[in-house]
Order: sequence, then structure tokens, then C-alpha cells
Amino acid sequence: MNRKTRLALFAAGAAVLAGVFAIAFAGLPPLGNYRGPYGQMVNALVVPERNVTDAVTAVNFDIRGFDTLGEEFILFISVMGAALLLRRQSDESDREHADHADDREVAAPSDAMRAAGMLLTAPTLLFGIYIVLHGQLTPGGGFQGGVILASGALLVYLVGEFGNFRAAVPRAVVHAMEAIGAGVYPAVGLATLAAGGAFLQNILPLGARGSILSGGTIPIINAGVALEVCGGITLVMIVYLEETLEQKEE
Amino acid sequence: MSHFPYGVAAWLFLVGLYGIVTSRNLVHLVISLAVLQSSTYILLLGVGYRTGAVAPIFATIPPSTPAVDPVVQALVLTDIVVEVTVVALILALVVQVHKRHGTIDPDELRKLRD
Amino acid sequence: MRKSTSARRRSHDRGAASCGLSLVAIAALVVVRTRDPVAQSVTVSFYGVLLAVLFVLFQAPDVALSQIVVCAVALPLMILLALAKIKKQREHEP
Repeated sequence: MNRKTRLALFAAGAAVLAGVFAIAFAGLPPLGNYRGPYGQMVNALVVPERNVTDAVTAVNFDIRGFDTLGEEFILFISVMGAALLLRRQSDESDREHADHADDREVAAPSDAMRAAGMLLTAPTLLFGIYIVLHGQLTPGGGFQGGVILASGALLVYLVGEFGNFRAAVPRAVVHAMEAIGAGVYPAVGLATLAAGGAFLQNILPLGARGSILSGGTIPIINAGVALEVCGGITLVMIVYLEETLEQKEE
Repeated sequence: MSHFPYGVAAWLFLVGLYGIVTSRNLVHLVISLAVLQSSTYILLLGVGYRTGAVAPIFATIPPSTPAVDPVVQALVLTDIVVEVTVVALILALVVQVHKRHGTIDPDELRKLRD
Repeated sequence: MRKSTSARRRSHDRGAASCGLSLVAIAALVVVRTRDPVAQSVTVSFYGVLLAVLFVLFQAPDVALSQIVVCAVALPLMILLALAKIKKQREHEP
């Protein structure tokens, strides 16, 4: 089937799909006329019942906490799959040694990038920790903060070389971070189960509104998810970079 | 304006699908997949929006202020971060395909299969 | 007087949201029509920032923060890493 036939088939299918979309979306309420009672109930109950001020984080880690457990494990499995797919095969290690002869010119980072990177690494890490810790008070949380922390590690790689990056985040540490982060979530659930409540029920004292430790189990799960996301993305970076730039450090 | 976000969501879905169908490079295909995924974000956020309402963060405003739906925002938020790791997994598959067949052009790969 | 202020604000919100939606629709077409993956990583990160602005207009700051850090940092990183690996494999081939 050549391209023209494929394009014609796609055009026909897309026209039908567009018609189906039009019929389906015409039945939705117009923009702004939100009807569902669930969201309004959550907004009204989050502050008095959980003592947190960010309704989205409370929904993520407490009210719909079980769904986020599943999402976190999708992330964990994807990272594991990528790491497995890109592991060093037995036939590749011989080829890696053979190609040291060819002279691959890799440009060193410019001075401007070095200066900017060195100035930005510590504030990025600090900002990431701030976003994680204040997840239940202001917009933020474990997911966003974890990615920001991983981008701090990326800055270390951009400024230096792969050897510096490997020294700054050794692979064992990244594995441990990811595993501990992924394990905290079901561990909290099992602990609440053992303490007599339901799985992932918020049974810890709720704390003062506006403080970092408010919300019961929410800060613990938040920190666990941040560790896991940061470890996961850094592990993907390490796995991709390890074979590509192995020769630079030799 | 009343159904404009839903129309844009449908348009993004079809544009992403067009990119996947007419792609000549597997990495371009994966990025079109990311565009396709973003159509669901706009649809969900459009459903949860209330005219004249504020963000559901009650740090400085009283809890009875009308706010938009936080449940759809929670769904979209986790979805965005999980999407990037799934893209990393698919790109790892693309790298392996290239290692085995030497090409990342879908048309060439189809010829190799026959 | 109060009625007209809130009505004006509402029409401003609607104007901004529809402007944002049109920009996102055009940007998506640009992303898909860019054929070279390296150029596409830049285009898709810009598309992500546009989406984040749209999310802020829809009163979703959490989601906008997530979208910015992912689409402007992590996604181009994954794409460029995969492309670098593919390029290195091409150099190995006999």
C-alpha cells in the first residue's frame, strides 16, 4: 500500500472520526457551565477535613490516592523497561573497545554554558525541594518537584562531562532512590491497614493549616513520589548516556 | 466559544493521527503521539472549567470561593509526567529497532517484513 | 457598575482563552509538519510552553507547572538522547 492510498484512507477515516467527535462534543455542556457535584464537594471539604490548601495535591495523594499509586507504578515499569532494553549486550562490549581508535570530535561546553550551568545547579535543586515540600500548600507536589530535581542532575552533565555526572549521581544511589520512592507509597498503605484503618486512609494527625507537615500522610507520600520520579528520570538519562558517551572518559 | 476547546481537542487528535500516518521517521512518529496525548488534557480541563472561578488553591482565599474542578487537574497532572517516561520507553524500542534493522523509516521497515 | 466589571472580566477571560486555543491548534500543526526530529524537539518544547500558558488561562497552575518542566526539559532530553544513540549506532555500521 503506497503513500497515496494510505493518505486517502486516512482522510476518509478522519472525516468519519471528525463527524463522530462533533456529535459527541455537541452533547457536552458549553465551556464554563460545569455541572458535576463531585468537584464542588471536594473543594468545599478539602480545607476543613484535611487541613491542606492545595486541593489538587490532596486529590492526588489522599482522596484519589489509589489511582496515583497505579500511575506511579506505570512510571516505574516504563523506566525499568527502558533500562532493560538499553542494557549493554554481550556483543557490544567488544565493539566499544574497538572504536576508541576513531577520533570523534566532541565539542567541550562553552564558557557561557559552564558559567550559567554552575550558577543554576544549586538554585534548581533548591527550587525542586521547595516545590516538593510545599506540595500541599501551593501549586506543586511530588511529580513536578521530582522532574525539577532530575533536571538539576541534567545540569551537572551539561556543564561537565559524563565522568562528572557519573561521580555526582552513582548508579547504585539512583537505583536506591527510585526503589525507596516507589516502595514508600504501598508501605504507607500497608501501615495504615495494619493500624486498623483502610488501605491508604489518612490516619496521621493533620497538623496546623499552612505548615509543611500538614495533611497527615500526604507529605510522606509526596516525598516518596518525588524520590521515585527523580530517580526514574535520572536513571533513564544514565542508561541512554552510558553507551553513547562511554569513550569520552577513557 | 462555548464548544471551542472541545473542537480544538478533536483537531489536535486528528493532527496527531495525521502525523503518525504520514511519518517517515519513527522519532517523528513518537512526537506526533505526544501531540495526540495533549488533546486529552485540553478536553479534560475544558470540562472542568467554571466561568469566573479561580484555581483550586485556597492558601489566601476563603475555602468557599467558587473554584474549578480539582479532580480533572489531578488526572492531567500525573498523566503528563507519566507520558514522558512512556515516551522514553518507546524511544528505547526505536533505538533497538534501529540496531537490528539499520533504519528508522516505517516504509523501509514494512518492506523488510515482507 | 459591578455587573459590568465582572462581565468585562469574563469577556477578557474568554478572549484570552480562545486566543490561546487558536495558537495551540496552529502550533500542533507546525509540530507535526516539522520533519527533522532535531528541529522537532525545539518545536515540541515551544508547543509545550504554549500549552502551559493555556492551562494557566484555564485556572490550572499545578498542571501548567507540570507541563513546563516536562515538555521543556524532559521531553527534548529524551528525544535528543535517542537521536544521539541512533547516530552513534550508524557510525558503528560497516
